[in-house]
Amino acid sequence: MTSQADWLRGTLFALAVVMTGPVLADNKPDDGKVTNFLLDNGMEVVVIPDRRAPIVTHMVWYKVGSADEPPGKSGIAHFFEHLMFKATTNHAAGAFDRAVSAIGGSNNAFTSYDYTAFYETVVPQALEQMMDFEADRMRNLILNDDVIATERDVILEERRSRIDSNPQAVLGEEVDATLWQNQPYRIPVIGWMQEMEKLNRADAKAFYDKYYTPNNAVLVVAGDVEPQAVKALAEKTYGKVARGPDLPPRIRPVEPEQNTRRTVTLADARVSVPNFSTQWVVPSYHTAKPGEAEALDLLAEILGGGSRSRLYQQLVVKQGIAAEAGAFFQGTMLDATNFTVYGAPRGDAKLADVQAAVEAEVARIASEGVTSGELEKAKDRFVRSMIFARDKQDSMANIYGATLATGGNVRDVEEWPGRIRKVTADEVRQVAARYLNLNHSTSGYLLPQTQAGN
Amino acid sequence: MRGVPASHRRPFQHPSTVLALRANPPSPTRGEGRAARVATQLVTLILSLVFLVLPALSARAAMSIQEVTSSKGITAWLVEDYSVPLVAIRFAFDGGTTQDPAGKVGLANLMSGLFDEGAGNLDSEAFQIKLDDVGAEMNFEAARDGIYGSMRMLAEQRDAAFDLLRLAVTEPRFDQAPIDRIRAQVLSGIIANELDPDTLAQRKWLEALYGTHPYARPEEGTRQSIATITPDDLIAFHKANFARDGLHVAVVGAIDAETLKKKLDLVFGGLPQHQALSAVADVDPKLNQQLEVNYDQPQTSLQLAYPGVERSAPDFFAAVLMNEILGGSAFTSRLFEEVREKRGLAYSVSSDLVDHQHANALAITTSTRADRAAETLAVVREVVKRMAQEGPTEAELAATKKYLIGAYAINNLNSSGAIAATLLELQLDKLGSDYMQRRAALINAVTLDQVKAAAKKLLSAEPAIMVVGPKHGEAKEE
Repeated sequence: MTSQADWLRGTLFALAVVMTGPVLADNKPDDGKVTNFLLDNGMEVVVIPDRRAPIVTHMVWYKVGSADEPPGKSGIAHFFEHLMFKATTNHAAGAFDRAVSAIGGSNNAFTSYDYTAFYETVVPQALEQMMDFEADRMRNLILNDDVIATERDVILEERRSRIDSNPQAVLGEEVDATLWQNQPYRIPVIGWMQEMEKLNRADAKAFYDKYYTPNNAVLVVAGDVEPQAVKALAEKTYGKVARGPDLPPRIRPVEPEQNTRRTVTLADARVSVPNFSTQWVVPSYHTAKPGEAEALDLLAEILGGGSRSRLYQQLVVKQGIAAEAGAFFQGTMLDATNFTVYGAPRGDAKLADVQAAVEAEVARIASEGVTSGELEKAKDRFVRSMIFARDKQDSMANIYGATLATGGNVRDVEEWPGRIRKVTADEVRQVAARYLNLNHSTSGYLLPQTQAGN
Repeated sequence: MRGVPASHRRPFQHPSTVLALRANPPSPTRGEGRAARVATQLVTLILSLVFLVLPALSARAAMSIQEVTSSKGITAWLVEDYSVPLVAIRFAFDGGTTQDPAGKVGLANLMSGLFDEGAGNLDSEAFQIKLDDVGAEMNFEAARDGIYGSMRMLAEQRDAAFDLLRLAVTEPRFDQAPIDRIRAQVLSGIIANELDPDTLAQRKWLEALYGTHPYARPEEGTRQSIATITPDDLIAFHKANFARDGLHVAVVGAIDAETLKKKLDLVFGGLPQHQALSAVADVDPKLNQQLEVNYDQPQTSLQLAYPGVERSAPDFFAAVLMNEILGGSAFTSRLFEEVREKRGLAYSVSSDLVDHQHANALAITTSTRADRAAETLAVVREVVKRMAQEGPTEAELAATKKYLIGAYAINNLNSSGAIAATLLELQLDKLGSDYMQRRAALINAVTLDQVKAAAKKLLSAEPAIMVVGPKHGEAKEE
C-alpha cells in the first residue's frame, strides 16, 4: 500500500538528498565531491560527479520565478519558459527537441516562485551539444507575434487543465492569495487568467533581456563527467555569452504581522468528501535564524510526515476519524514560506472533528514538545532516505540548483545533515510554539455543495 | 493503495515543486507494452543508477543478469551491484484484480493494503514499528493482471528486512481492526470520486470498451462490494493467489546469488506450490462507438481507442515505432506538433499502446477548451488518417529508432528499483534475460513497409471516441 502521504515524503526526500554529497564517496575517488566555480561572465557552475552510469544531467537554473514578475504580468515567467523552446537565430523551432530525442535523451523545464530551470538527461558525449543549444537560447531566441499567440493558447489550456478543472486547485490558489497578503507568493506561478490572456511580445522581450543572462544563471551538471572537462566545455559554450547588466538584489515585499484567523471556503458540486488545510507563514532556510528551518523540517516529519507521525497515528489509526492527515514544510524558498497541516474525515466523522483533532495535536506539540525517541526516529528516517536517495543524480542536481537559486550555497547543502543532527527536542518545541498559533493562521475548506454555508 | 485516488492523496500539492512543467513528464516506458503500467510508480521512487545498456556503450556497460534458482525451486533474476548499500526486490503473482470474485470487487486492492498491517506474531502497530526500525520500505499493489510487491532495504539491515517480508508474504494476519480501517479509507476514496466527472467518465469508458469483462470493473471496488469482504475472503484469496507457480522475482543490489537463494526460500518457500486462479477471457475492446458525457467544466477531454497489438506479435515493434511517431513521449510527435505546437489547442496530447494480458488497444488522449473541441478532434483524426494512409517518412522512422534505442536505458534502468521493475516485466512478458542485448537489433530490423503496414492495420479502424465536456453540440464530430 502506498500511503496518502507519498507526495509529501517526496518533498522530504527531496530535501533529504542534500546528504548525498559527503556520503557518496565510496565509489570513485571523487564521486559526490562537488566542485563549483564562476565563469568570467558571472555564470555559476556546480559539478556533481557520479560515475556509476554513462549518463549526465545538464541543468540551467535562472534566478527568476513568478515572484519576480512585474505587477499585472502574472504568468510571464512560466510563459517565457515555454517560449524558450521556440526557434533561435541559429536553430529552427524543434531542433533542440529533435537533437535530444535523436540520442534517446529526455528534456523538459519547470518554473516556480523563485526559479526557472531547463534540463536534459543524455549520454556524456552529448554534453557539449546540449551546452551549445542551451547557451544559444539564453540570448538568441526569436520572439514574434505568431509564436507568442499560439504558445499563449497552450498556457491558457495548461491553466484550464491544471487549475480551473480541479476544485482543489482553485481553492489552493485562493488560500495562497489569503495566506500571503503582501508577499508575491500570493500570485499563482501559472498566472491569473485575465493577465495571462494579455501577455505579449513586449512583455516577453523585456523579461528575456532582464533575466536571461549568464550572470543570473546557475549551471548544474551531475553524472559521468570530470569537473575540469565540464569547466572547459562551459567556457567554450556559455563562456562566450556576454555578461548582462547587473541585477538588483532580490528584495521583495514581505508579509506584515498576521493578527487574524482567516478562512477560505469552496463548495463544489464535484466534491463529496470534504477536506481542510491550515497554514502558517514560517521562515525558509534562506530567511530563518540558524537551526530554525531544520527544526521546522523535523517538526513536520514528527507531526505529520508519514504513517508513524502523530497526526496519522492519532486521527487515522487510534481515533479512526480521518481518511488522511498530515503536515509539511516547504523550506527551500527565497522568502518566508508556509507550514501546513491537513486532514479529511472518514465514515461518520465530521470535518470539524478532524480539524479539532489536528489542532489538538498542534497545540500539544507546541506545549509539550517531542520525545527524544520521536526525534531520533525522525532524524534516522531523514538519513536513511538519503541513502535510498543518493543514487538519483537528477535529484541531487535539483537540490543544488534549488538551493543556489534561493540564496544558498554549496556548503549549505553539504552541511545540512550535520545541522539536522544537532537539532534538540526543545528547539522543535520552540518553533512549534513560536509559529503554529491557531489564532494567526489561514485555513482552506473544500466542501460538497450541499454543505455550503455550514 | 489504489483505492484512495491520487487526487485525494495529494490535496495540497504546492506549485513550488514542479507544477509548472512544460509538458506532462514523459512516461518512461510509453509505447512498450506492459512496462508502462509500473512507470508512474517508478517516477516517485528514489532510485539508483547502476548499469545502463546504451548501444554505443554496450561493451562498457552490459548488464549482467543472473538467473538464480533456489533449492526449493524459486527462480529470480539478479543484478548484483554494490555501488550503493541497498537491495531492491520486486515480485509479482499472476492474477490481479481480474481475480476478484463477483460481488467482491475490490478484494485484491484491499488485500494489497493489508500486508504491513500485521503478520505472524506482530500486530499492525508492532509490524510497522519494526519496519521503521529496520529502515525498509515495503509496497504492495493490485494491478489488472497481477499483484505486485516490492521492498527497498539497507544492505546492513538485509536479514531483518527479508524476515519482515517473509512474514508479510506468508503470514499476513488480516486482523479485523486494520481491515476495517483500510476499508474505510478505500471507501472514503470511492465516495470522494462519486461526483467527479473524470472518474465517472472513465468508468463509462471502460464499460463501453470492455462490457462485462473484469477489465471494466473499478479496481477499488464499490461501496456495496467492499462492505461484504470478510477476513475469510482475504485468507482464501491470499491462498489462491500467493503461490509459487505464479511468482516472478527480480532483485538488484548488494546481495550475491548464494545469499539470494537462501532468502528466496525464506521469503517465498512457505507458500503453496500452485495458484488456484479462475480463467479470464481475452477481450477485444468495442470500437466504432461514440460516447458523450456532458459536464459543465472549462475543458473538453477527448479519448480515442483504436486496435492495439499483442506483446508477442511479430509486428510489435513496428507498432511501437508507429505509435511513437504518432504521439509518443518525445516532444517531436505528429500529434504534439499539429495539436499543440502549430495550433495551441492543448497542453498535452499523446497516444499510448495499452497492453493488458487479455486486451490491447492504442489510446489517444487530449484536453482542449470546449469551443475548440470539434476542431481538435478533427485535427487528431486527420493526423491519424494520414498516418494510416501514408505511414511515417523514412527520416521519422530513423530518428525514432534512435530515440527508442537510446531512451530505454535512461528511462528504464536508471536506478536499482527501476532495473528490478524492468527485469520483472521482462519475465512477465516472457522475453528472456538476453532481451536487452537483442532489443536494439529488433528495433533496427523493422522496415518502413512494416511500420506502414502496422499504421494501416491499427489506425484504419473506426475508433471508439469519448467526449467529456460541456454540452455545446459542436463538440461532436462533424
